[in-house]
Amino acid sequence: MGILEVKNVNKRFGGLQALGDVNLSIAEHSVHAIIGPNGAGKSTLLNCLVGKLMPDTGSVLFDGQSVLGRKPYQINQMGISRVFQTPEIFGDLSVLENMMIPCFAKRDGSFGLNAMTNMLDDREIVERAEHMLEEMNMADKRHMHSASLSRGDKRRLEIGMCLSQEPRLLLLDEPTAGMARADTNNTIDLLKQIKDKRDITIVIIEHDMHVVFSLAERITVLAQGTALVEDTPDKIKGHPKVREAYLGETQAA
Amino acid sequence: MLGLTKKDFTMFIVVIVMVALAPFLLNPFPQGSSLAQMFNAGYPDLMQRFVIFGILVIGFNILFGLTGYLSFGHAAFLGVGSYSAVWMFKLLGMNVIPGILLSMVVAGIFALAIGYVSLRRSGIYFSILTLAFAQMSYNLAYSVLGNPASNFNLTNGETGLQLLLTDPRILGQSTTPDGSLPVTNFFGIAMRDSYDLRMGDWLFTFNAGYYLCGVIMLISFYISIRIFRSPFGMMLRAVKSNQQRMNYTGLNTKPYTLAAFVISGIYAGLAGGLLSSMDPLAGAERMHWTASGEIVIMAILGGVGTLIGPILGAGFNEYFKNILSKINDSVLHQWLGFLPDGIEDFLVTIIHPFVGKGWHLTLGLLFMIVIIFLPGGLVQGGQKLGRKISGRSRRDAAKAAEQSKSAAE
Repeated sequence: MGILEVKNVNKRFGGLQALGDVNLSIAEHSVHAIIGPNGAGKSTLLNCLVGKLMPDTGSVLFDGQSVLGRKPYQINQMGISRVFQTPEIFGDLSVLENMMIPCFAKRDGSFGLNAMTNMLDDREIVERAEHMLEEMNMADKRHMHSASLSRGDKRRLEIGMCLSQEPRLLLLDEPTAGMARADTNNTIDLLKQIKDKRDITIVIIEHDMHVVFSLAERITVLAQGTALVEDTPDKIKGHPKVREAYLGETQAA
Repeated sequence: MLGLTKKDFTMFIVVIVMVALAPFLLNPFPQGSSLAQMFNAGYPDLMQRFVIFGILVIGFNILFGLTGYLSFGHAAFLGVGSYSAVWMFKLLGMNVIPGILLSMVVAGIFALAIGYVSLRRSGIYFSILTLAFAQMSYNLAYSVLGNPASNFNLTNGETGLQLLLTDPRILGQSTTPDGSLPVTNFFGIAMRDSYDLRMGDWLFTFNAGYYLCGVIMLISFYISIRIFRSPFGMMLRAVKSNQQRMNYTGLNTKPYTLAAFVISGIYAGLAGGLLSSMDPLAGAERMHWTASGEIVIMAILGGVGTLIGPILGAGFNEYFKNILSKINDSVLHQWLGFLPDGIEDFLVTIIHPFVGKGWHLTLGLLFMIVIIFLPGGLVQGGQKLGRKISGRSRRDAAKAAEQSKSAAE
């Protein structure tokens, strides 16, 4: 059994069947990509995994436990971190503070009322945050206002924030959307590094085939709300159904 | 020092000195001069208001400045605190400490209830919900719970809750031996006791009540610095910055915002308790929505989210309110008496709507000027000024260095 098991998930928005009987099993320590044309239900599926949306029917099990009905912060505390399509960071805070927040969340849980200590006196947290910044090659930017970072740096920061929580499952929603080629390649390298160094499972939703085929070990193709096929990248490339539903379209365009 | 960084500690010392020396700082003009009548603010009643409203806005800033949740009903907690303290003076005794403590506890409970419901929404809906709760509280205090004829008269309606000679005061005395009302005191030191210091033409008043409020304000200010620099304070800023990221980082925003709401409610209750301690009379108008609006204005005037801003904003607002409302037509005639009669009358007619009863108008204009030119409030103004001065001195130093160099050559 995989670390994440999605069984018969249905989601309907009014008259639109966004997800129809989606089944997905993600093996631990793998990099699994979910691809599909626009409107295939990729984001809806992701939102069902992190507690933003509640599927109409079906089940989602993370490490044998159901995530349905839990709030996003509770699901995160179970060990699932999410990276957004546009980097979601704390723009008003410094880079170091951005990195300290997930460290606090990891150590102190979802709420802590330590209002009388100076946050910089908490050496354990500061060291952890600085260590993570070094790993992300951002140590020299620690006192910068995070809103003034470049797009690529914001993405690195966000991924670093997710990793500092030591999640077991990292969900990435189009991590290279809107990036220049160089930034995209940097992100691919970063994700490869992360995979090699850590005991982590990565699920990636992506449009860019270059990214998908450089990273993924298994690929699920989603079209019109159903999982069309699931296989290794090599097999997916030549799969007739996939060509028809997805690659064919992009090639034609 | 005291768990503060050097910069914060310096600022704290400056505020301590300002509070301690306020009777001097606020009385720059000799007694009896016409300027003193207008611009001196060093009398107990006004100085007490400076520090009490300082406390109120410091607390409000913990909510609005850090989390960005704009409460439009903070006056409710001020009013609740005032009533609680007066009830303590009626039932228990005239020492202010139990009254102040009760006002904090009751305001805290009140804030917990209102915050629990209001914080289900954010943004403008949150503001409207708090406004609605505050207006409900105002109306309850003004009529429903304040009918003097009923057995359950909690607030005494529009007259306001006041001390009576027949109150029990189980730990004190219902009346003084000479048959009048006892006065509020701090373990025997009456709040209205003052010491007058004469230095030539100058008169400085040191009031016991002011110094009690001042010390409490300094403690409140210190706690607020600690909160701003703590992990909790950082989480509150994170709430303001990005709630989505907060949720997906495993943090539950609700208890954070609720804690901030309750803390700022307790600050407001404390301010209300102190107002009653200085003058044991609590009226419903303290809960009116205009009072809530004034708190917002003071916070924005000073600089939202800054440490010292609330104190500056409260001081600015109270000071101008006070002097502007004191200027009337006869004062204007006195000032402009040197002009020919026609021009004098004309100018008085022009200025008339802006002063006296029209002080709102001038204060509103001042508020607009600050918001338009200094969106960061008076603190931003101070920073700009500081940068200008230090920039000039740096330029001067560079110029001097250049000159000495050329002179050496």
